[in-house]
Amino acid sequence: MSTETPAPAPAPAPGPAKKTNRLGLELSTYRGSKTTLCAGCGHNAITERIIDACYEMGVDAKKVFKLSGIGCSSKSPAYFLNASHGFNSVHGRMPSVATGAMLANKTMMAIGVSGDGDTGAIGIGQFVHLMRRNLPIIYIIEDNGCYGLTKGQFSPTAGMGTKTKNGVVNDLPPIDTCALAIELGATFVARSFSGDKKQLLSILKAAISHRGTCMIDVISPCVTFNDHEGSTKSYAYVKEHDEALGEVTFVPFFEDITVEYEPGTTTEVKMHDGSHLYLKKIAEDYDPTDKLAAARLLHETSRRGEFATGVIYLELDKDDFLTTLNMVDQPLAFLPSEKVRPPRAVLEELMDGLR
Amino acid sequence: MSLPLATAEPAGAPPDSHVVNDFSISVATVNGSGSQTANMILLRAMFQMGVPVSGKNMFPSNIAGLPTWYTIRANHKGYMARKKQIDFLVAMNAETAREDVLALDPGRAVVYDAPLKLNELRDDLILYPVPFDRIVAEVCPDAKLRRLVRNMIYDGVLAHLLSIDLGEMEKALSTQMGRKPKAMTLNMSAIEAGAKYAAEHFPELRHPYRIQRLNKTDGQILVDGNAAAAMGCLFAGCTVVAWYPITPSSSLPESLIGYMRKYRMDKETGQATFAVVQAEDEIAALGMVIGASWAGARAMTSTSGPGISLMSEFAGLAYYAEVPAVVFDIQRIGPSTGLPTRTAQGDILSTAVNSHGDTKHVLLLPSSMAECFDMAGDAFDLAERLQTIVYVMSDLDLGMNTWMSEPFTYPAKPFDRGKVLDEAKVRELGVTWGRYKDLDDDGIPWRSLPDTNTPPFFTRGSGHNSQAQYSERSDDYVTNLDRLAKKFETAKGLVPQPVEDAVAGATVGIIAYGSSHWAVTESRDQLRDEASLETSYLRLRAYPVPKSVEDFVRRHDRVYVVEQNRDAQMLSLFRMDLDPALQSRLRSVLHYSGLPLDARSVTQSIVAQENQ
Repeated sequence: MSTETPAPAPAPAPGPAKKTNRLGLELSTYRGSKTTLCAGCGHNAITERIIDACYEMGVDAKKVFKLSGIGCSSKSPAYFLNASHGFNSVHGRMPSVATGAMLANKTMMAIGVSGDGDTGAIGIGQFVHLMRRNLPIIYIIEDNGCYGLTKGQFSPTAGMGTKTKNGVVNDLPPIDTCALAIELGATFVARSFSGDKKQLLSILKAAISHRGTCMIDVISPCVTFNDHEGSTKSYAYVKEHDEALGEVTFVPFFEDITVEYEPGTTTEVKMHDGSHLYLKKIAEDYDPTDKLAAARLLHETSRRGEFATGVIYLELDKDDFLTTLNMVDQPLAFLPSEKVRPPRAVLEELMDGLR
Repeated sequence: MSLPLATAEPAGAPPDSHVVNDFSISVATVNGSGSQTANMILLRAMFQMGVPVSGKNMFPSNIAGLPTWYTIRANHKGYMARKKQIDFLVAMNAETAREDVLALDPGRAVVYDAPLKLNELRDDLILYPVPFDRIVAEVCPDAKLRRLVRNMIYDGVLAHLLSIDLGEMEKALSTQMGRKPKAMTLNMSAIEAGAKYAAEHFPELRHPYRIQRLNKTDGQILVDGNAAAAMGCLFAGCTVVAWYPITPSSSLPESLIGYMRKYRMDKETGQATFAVVQAEDEIAALGMVIGASWAGARAMTSTSGPGISLMSEFAGLAYYAEVPAVVFDIQRIGPSTGLPTRTAQGDILSTAVNSHGDTKHVLLLPSSMAECFDMAGDAFDLAERLQTIVYVMSDLDLGMNTWMSEPFTYPAKPFDRGKVLDEAKVRELGVTWGRYKDLDDDGIPWRSLPDTNTPPFFTRGSGHNSQAQYSERSDDYVTNLDRLAKKFETAKGLVPQPVEDAVAGATVGIIAYGSSHWAVTESRDQLRDEASLETSYLRLRAYPVPKSVEDFVRRHDRVYVVEQNRDAQMLSLFRMDLDPALQSRLRSVLHYSGLPLDARSVTQSIVAQENQ
């Protein structure tokens, strides 16, 4: 049961068995409420990919926290995973709410959806510290370079020289959230484009397999306020300047598939849950586990006015925040009182120490 | 009616006599000079001799070099409020010595660093010049240690002048120093040297103040309110702590971290049954608390006024989304630099309605060390029962100063985790359940927790209907807002109720809360003994105010609301909440100097207003 308006349950129709995932669940069970975003909004495509990724990975929706801040992007957790608890919190502060929720129950998976204003402006402080802590979370920025819900003002990721619909030119440099995330300590950093179904899906599935902060900046054009000539976040502009790092192939741990590749052409990465990620190298020799190379790549592509997309940085041997806290296995939220209220003798000992 | 003027403290000891177990000491030093240990030894030695004591630190917002005053009050009746007049000054700070000495009433005593030549300023005081540098050089060959050991000399001088047993000084020293034999020997020899100097050099002077053994501290403890509240959280089953450093709150989470590391590690695995995060700011601290509480943990943060301001948006979210949260506010004087190390009850009004939209919050108002402990437990129970943010309004005086207290009582009640759905309740309620539906006619809905076999829901701020669905409908909003008001009415019966001391025939009432309690208790004795004015007293322990407060006001002609702020903040809440017909009976006693409230100021204010 969900308190979101559920789609009426379809009558069981005779016919061929419906396609299900490894949990025996149909794709529809991963859906949420009907979107209220604009038709053609890139965010809806991202929502679809989140649904697909969770379905294909066999994610147990009951074990997911979906969280967001405020803005068009932050509405979207209502549109996927109706069986999960969701929290549309306050502007720019989703990282702290997510941190608290994960402290309370470290067995959960957190999917946080933010926007470029929610992350890069009002929420930059919390973003910085979330990255620094390497909290296990999939943190998605639905990045359209503008504030949609307040009608098209520039956000901090707006490109230098980009124009609003009515001709105002942005003369401040953009914040590169990927470069920032790498610098600060995130252990899975990717950039994608809402229009690239295949790449985004692979990245999301790999993120589900990773234990640590996955920062995924998804360029997601705003069809209403930022899709015109002169914008550096329009569909046309992004398609033209998308510099894919190479094909991203993800093979989950529960699938027995071997990927053949020419030696030296592909980086193979074994993820925390045993899944495999194959990152086909582009012309230059690029190592996604090299922090300096990742930073260089981002700077070089942005200097050329391009968006490097793909898995940009991976660090697999760093403890996540919850591990460093050395908590008991059982979620703190469900510890019985005998575990969290010390016995009478402890109070007596404390009182004796104060006499 | 005209009352006798009870405005002055009774004079000091008459000649050829002395005052026993009833005086105040002020030690004036510079901060960072290590005097705190010496002051605690003095306080503890008196406590060990059975004399009720309290210690208050008037310290600057600075690490080293600015003036600081530590006051110790000994009082055989157990009065623990700050005493307005200083009876015995220890002048160690050249910068303030002149002003400190000129402020004393005649007949008072002063121990001072001899080179300060304070004898040139007054001839109506009992003066004890002590050459500290010379004495310390004799007992402490290591020049680097002299700055600290110097303070032990005044401990020794005072021990002699106040007739404090040197054996008790040694015991107190050992409690403060722990097992450090070398430090013990050095410091004890400094205390002895001070005592010896006093004995040899001031035999002809009358020593006007004395400590005599009493039996009024048996079984009692010495503690500060932040440690007491931290212990309360420890036993309240708090599992998530998120905090940001701020004076005077920091020692609460820091104490709690210490207790948790010692007493809350799982015996079998050695792993923590808690998580502590030092957040990037107070906004994040409350965000973490809300996220953790939403997911089912008992979570808290601790802050002071500036943090409360930063938290206000999240406070509203907790109110509207109905998420438990426990916030300690160790109140102090206002924003930015200057006086953040001085006490106040300055956040009452802004915290009661903290946030935007229509918000009202539950405030708990501890007055004592025991209540700092107990109300921590109450706060978690109430936050979960009411599914809202609950503030515990302590202050710097309670939180950071040293108080004598009865030992704390082990919590008798199991935790109240509030209305949380389990599978049986889901079956019972069936389709009637809605996250924000008032099924029990008390305004409190049932919530479900993630990762349980109960229905999920989507949490948002104000824009939802009783099923937690997105809604911008006016009727949904009004229904929800009215239910929240009903929940607040329910809270009136659940919060700690006021404590009343009704005196038959008294036409004047006093209402106070928090740390003001101690000055008010003493002031009522002064009013009775010096001005023949009997008063009834209601001590408020929580907001919202229960109906008994209105009844109390109705039974008295005039009611003085005593508080430590300029703008009569609690009285302003009364003006919103109480029967308008009673408003004319309410008067204010206000104190906002940054110093802890003293009885004399309360007495003076009430007498002046009664005489008008």
